[in-house]
Amino acid sequence: MGKTIFEKIWDKHVVKSIEGGPSVLYIDRHFIHEVTSPQAFNGLEHRGLPVFRPRQVVATADHNVPTIDQHLPIREEHSRKQVDHLISNCARTGIELYGLGHPYQGIVHVIGPELGVTQPGMTIVCGDSHTSTHGAFGTMAFGIGTSEVEMVLATQCLMQSKPKLMRISVDGKLNPGVVSKDIILHIIALISASGGTGYFVEYAGEAIRSLSMEARMTICNMSIEMGARGGLIAPDETTFAYLKGRTFAPSGADWDRSLAYWRTLSTDEDAVFDREIRINAADIEPMVTYGTNPGMGIGVSGMIPSSHALPESEKNSFRKSIDYMGLKEGQLIKGQPVDYVFIGSCTNSRIEDLRMVAEFVKGKKKADNVEVWIVPGSKQVEKQAREEGIDKVFEAAGFQLRQPGCSACLGMNEDKIPAGKYCISTSNRNFEGRQGPRARTLLASPLTAALAAVTGKVGDIREHLN
Amino acid sequence: MNKSIHKVLSTIVPVRHENIDTDQIIPARFLKATNKDGFGKNLFRDWRYHNDDEAQPKTDFVLNHPIWKGRILVAGKNFGCGSSREHAAWAIKHHGFDVVVSSFFADIFKNNALNNFLLPVQVSDKFLDLLFTLTHSDPSLEVLVDLEQQLISIPSTGDSEAFEINNYKKTCLLNGYDDIDYLLSMRPEIEAYEKQ
Ligand code: SF4
Repeated sequence: MGKTIFEKIWDKHVVKSIEGGPSVLYIDRHFIHEVTSPQAFNGLEHRGLPVFRPRQVVATADHNVPTIDQHLPIREEHSRKQVDHLISNCARTGIELYGLGHPYQGIVHVIGPELGVTQPGMTIVCGDSHTSTHGAFGTMAFGIGTSEVEMVLATQCLMQSKPKLMRISVDGKLNPGVVSKDIILHIIALISASGGTGYFVEYAGEAIRSLSMEARMTICNMSIEMGARGGLIAPDETTFAYLKGRTFAPSGADWDRSLAYWRTLSTDEDAVFDREIRINAADIEPMVTYGTNPGMGIGVSGMIPSSHALPESEKNSFRKSIDYMGLKEGQLIKGQPVDYVFIGSCTNSRIEDLRMVAEFVKGKKKADNVEVWIVPGSKQVEKQAREEGIDKVFEAAGFQLRQPGCSACLGMNEDKIPAGKYCISTSNRNFEGRQGPRARTLLASPLTAALAAVTGKVGDIREHLN
Repeated sequence: MNKSIHKVLSTIVPVRHENIDTDQIIPARFLKATNKDGFGKNLFRDWRYHNDDEAQPKTDFVLNHPIWKGRILVAGKNFGCGSSREHAAWAIKHHGFDVVVSSFFADIFKNNALNNFLLPVQVSDKFLDLLFTLTHSDPSLEVLVDLEQQLISIPSTGDSEAFEINNYKKTCLLNGYDDIDYLLSMRPEIEAYEKQ
């Protein structure tokens, strides 16, 4: 029987299998950030252990940083302390840090790929659930907790049980106005926020193959939102072209050797998955969420479902969620006014996202009732946006182009959505309080968010395409 | 913190909601610490207080109600989804829980819990429903979780159900071993792997 890509990568990284238990898995690259690493460094110090392979670790500051005036000291005391801890921990242990002010700084899942650190066939972990993003390159990448960060720092290994495997194929071509964010929101709405739990997902099919690397990252990024351990896409010519010439990508003879290996990373014809799902790309609409988990999404022309049909055990949670959002069962989502538009996060803050927004917004102005924050995923994205004149388009439209970081994705740093306000957001989570206490989040694609920025409400982008 | 678990006999604290994500268990704004202390008081912070104010507890929330106490937290399906923050497991453990029962756990949360000697017990939807119903009519209901036997039971009614845990993890929990101890003992094999 043939093997899936996942199995090929897994088998290559098993150091030892324990009878009736997990395997010891070797980790090629480890990303760290300020929020989930300090207690891991404390643990090492406590045990008197050094970092085992500091050169395989890359650090950045992203969650807790302000997105304006980054040249000034961080005002909030605890955030500043956390970032300072990262600086001293990295300096002491010899880990490369792309901190505030560094030209490579940015959201951890944006910088890994853009620097070429992320490469096909690798095992990659980070104390962050959206590590699944890196799967777009055909890597086995997944989020871990702080105890596990400590284990990887100490031994470059982890104890893992092999997950089940699922393949999701998206066949055919996407309709105009439908982008990769809509594909993944559609999938999660279909299988629910827990439908992928216990699985590692491979995305396949013509609609996936035709996506750019950045669009593929958006899909893999949100694998965790259906509970999956991670998601990956087989590397192909698109992947190789993206990687070639990147700062830390292999070059010369190394490149040829790597390429030969990368080309072996596809799922064999006769490989078997524990679960297979097929979706027709033509059935996917621009999507928007109406509730407080990412599985609560509908096509933008649709109605918020009613709780009547739900099993008794789910009714309560559903109604609590709709109440929190201040919406009604049976209500059309189109026309819902919003107060904030957030375009950013590791899901949609790359240069193609910014270009997509700028192209639509060019010559238009933001609606009076909204505030619009555009937060690039990295210093490099920010620089490129300025070089392309995208910053001017945003300025003319009345949008704020801020500095790189996680920003309003998680209500931890200074960028929070006020209580009761609606935010249409290109991020990945609409949980209660995710963007700030009692903030209300509607997840959507950058295009749908751009439309809301100029109209002040949720609309159907398909009606605005020429 | 208890570093090993054998048997837990306790009343339960029921939180009857599904898809409780780790942002609810501990909101991001409380993740600024650089040590592991003090997360317990922020457990379910936004469900616990009005206006984020400890002087204004929401009296209808279980953690604020004196009749609900114990070392076993019982929650609806898909518990611990979302962010990988281990702070969620720390908050639950520090608040005084040793066991979390649900009919479904998110993967990363489950690992984080196990790494902190917080035992996740996955039961059927039916058994979970039974726990909610019985404790609702009698908050003094006691539940016994026996790790050695891999059994959760209700002594007063005789109901019980077996639960799964892999042998390796079971040994760790019964004896208070960390994964890291094991991995450190593997150093020679790891170095040999790196050379191939
Ligand atoms: S942008 Fe949001 S989801 Fe991504 S790493 Fe930052 S906080 Fe996490």
